[in-house]
Amino acid sequence: MEDKNAPKILQVEHLKQFFNVGKPDEVRAVNDITFDIYKGETFGLVGESGSGKTTTGRAICHLYTPTSGKIIFEGGDVSKLNSKDKKVKFRRDMQMIFQDPYASLNPRMKVKDIVAEGIDINHLAKDDDDRNRQVEDLLETVGLNKEHANRYPHEFSGGQRQRIGIARALAVKPKFIIADEPISALDVSIQAQVVNLLKKLQRERGLTYLFIAHDLSMVKYISDRIGVMHYGKMLEIADADELYNHPLHDYTRSLLSAVPVPDPEYERKREIVDYDASKEDDGQERSLVEIAPRHYVRATKEEVAMYKERLNNGK
Amino acid sequence: MENKDDILEVRNLKINFNTYAGKIKAIRDVSFDLKKGETLAIVGESGSGKTVTTRSIMGLNASNTEIAGGSIKFKDEEILGKTEKELSKFRGQHIAEIFQDPMTSLDPTMKIGRQIAEPLMIHQNMSKDKALDKALEMMKLVGITNAKERLNDYPYQFSGGMRQRIVIAIALITYPEIIIADEPTTALDVTIQAKILKLMKELQDKINTSIIFITHDLGVVAGMADRVAVMYAGKIVEYGTVDEIFYNPKHPYTWGLLSSMPTLDTKSEVLPSIPGTPPDLLEPPVGDAFAARNKYALKIDTIKQPPFFKVSDTHYAATWLLDDRAPKVTPPDEIVKRQKHFKAINTK
Repeated sequence: MEDKNAPKILQVEHLKQFFNVGKPDEVRAVNDITFDIYKGETFGLVGESGSGKTTTGRAICHLYTPTSGKIIFEGGDVSKLNSKDKKVKFRRDMQMIFQDPYASLNPRMKVKDIVAEGIDINHLAKDDDDRNRQVEDLLETVGLNKEHANRYPHEFSGGQRQRIGIARALAVKPKFIIADEPISALDVSIQAQVVNLLKKLQRERGLTYLFIAHDLSMVKYISDRIGVMHYGKMLEIADADELYNHPLHDYTRSLLSAVPVPDPEYERKREIVDYDASKEDDGQERSLVEIAPRHYVRATKEEVAMYKERLNNGK
Repeated sequence: MENKDDILEVRNLKINFNTYAGKIKAIRDVSFDLKKGETLAIVGESGSGKTVTTRSIMGLNASNTEIAGGSIKFKDEEILGKTEKELSKFRGQHIAEIFQDPMTSLDPTMKIGRQIAEPLMIHQNMSKDKALDKALEMMKLVGITNAKERLNDYPYQFSGGMRQRIVIAIALITYPEIIIADEPTTALDVTIQAKILKLMKELQDKINTSIIFITHDLGVVAGMADRVAVMYAGKIVEYGTVDEIFYNPKHPYTWGLLSSMPTLDTKSEVLPSIPGTPPDLLEPPVGDAFAARNKYALKIDTIKQPPFFKVSDTHYAATWLLDDRAPKVTPPDEIVKRQKHFKAINTK
């Protein structure tokens, strides 16, 4: 995305998503995060398992009711959609692509019915012919062909199934797609195919993506901006290149130092940076601060100076 | 054994699976050696036969497996055709496997000290107390903190990374000569993965064991391997030292793998991808199995299987492009960049 003045399509404000609230096993999966996503961009969300990245994605499309905080999509608060029409429209505008292409398709449904489910629910087809035509178009868009429409999911490979999942998401003409680890279950040679397809669709349809993943090199490649999550908190947000060239938070540095790179010489010289998570729990107030234009780090007031210095010294 | 350093020699291995649909030719003539103390990485996508190859070395293939030919020799001792009893003894003494999923490869109802000690009690008739002492030592070696107190804990009380350390401890307790590591870090987060890989390298130096490392992650291969074998559709298509495979690859499939992975400085708008999907091994294609997905394919690729062409003493690739009569082709940009680097390091 080139347009840096694009309007905000999504605003997440002080989102908290707790589970088992008030019980001894309360889980603070997402703990007070704030960030915006601009129209037409790809926002990458990275973090380890348990960091809260998937919960964030699910909270955004309102699969959970937030414990507190606001999610504002195209200017409207997602938890205050008071009419059925508004709710249906929101569900159409925001779609998801899931991680596991084997588990996310109903094995008893034909591909055409899987893809057309959203079309049926939203009454987007005039008649059966129109429905079939739309399904055929969608299958062609994602690189399958119309002969595939009458088959069942088990007849497809992992990469093809993920294409079916993408066609299903596109069927209702969404504006915003949450892709939760959409390529982690695929082989290397197939991953590139799916990523290219996602990029092509974004160009053609002006889609906005929230791309959740743990594969940092792929996230860097596909994202315009990246947010780094850890223990339910957002630690750093920056443009993709900036984040990789000038990581400021210790956790981001540790994460980047651990990415395996297909280059033996680089690997021989690799030094792993350890991260001490206990620093996050020292009881001090921290919030996301803009250290450089568009580069935010979670810091106390005192730490801001330290991060600015880091950025200037390039260390 | 042709070479004294070789500890394992696989020759012309052919393995089929009998299924209702027919005979799946999972391994189609695979040969390789494993040298003492080295790490050999086998890379390839799912279904390429990497796991089946190592399962055959362990004698752990499913009951519908048919060994259609070849041999696997461990120091001149043939493994194929051993009875289950002989195999069990062989595994306990010489070879161990680290499995992919640390969540399911431990017994949830057994204390971990006992799980680590068990191989010693079974294969070396060690007393329980003595074996538990050894287990404690091994737990410290793989970096489990408060090892003594944790000896009596159950697997569910450990995190994924710690569980994989336990799995490694079990594999190492008998000081095996060969360790097979089948995607040992795929289920782990990158930061934990980096630590486990480092640990494996350190332990390898300590007990001078050989490792066969199976993975689809080329980044991990670059960091772990001494030599690399690339598998496609039940065959090895290229093998060489880690530098030869990463900086001077010759097979178009290796080119495709290396250029479809974005590095941290990939900028191109479209990621070079390998079109299509791997062939069905019920009816393997005639000629080069990769031909259908290969934009560099020649006419002969659809008629005749390419033999291995020698690139250097340690580097071989099975592609007709290396034949003298083949036209000169220019590999993808990413590969040209890597080959330039290879020339630079070799003229230094």
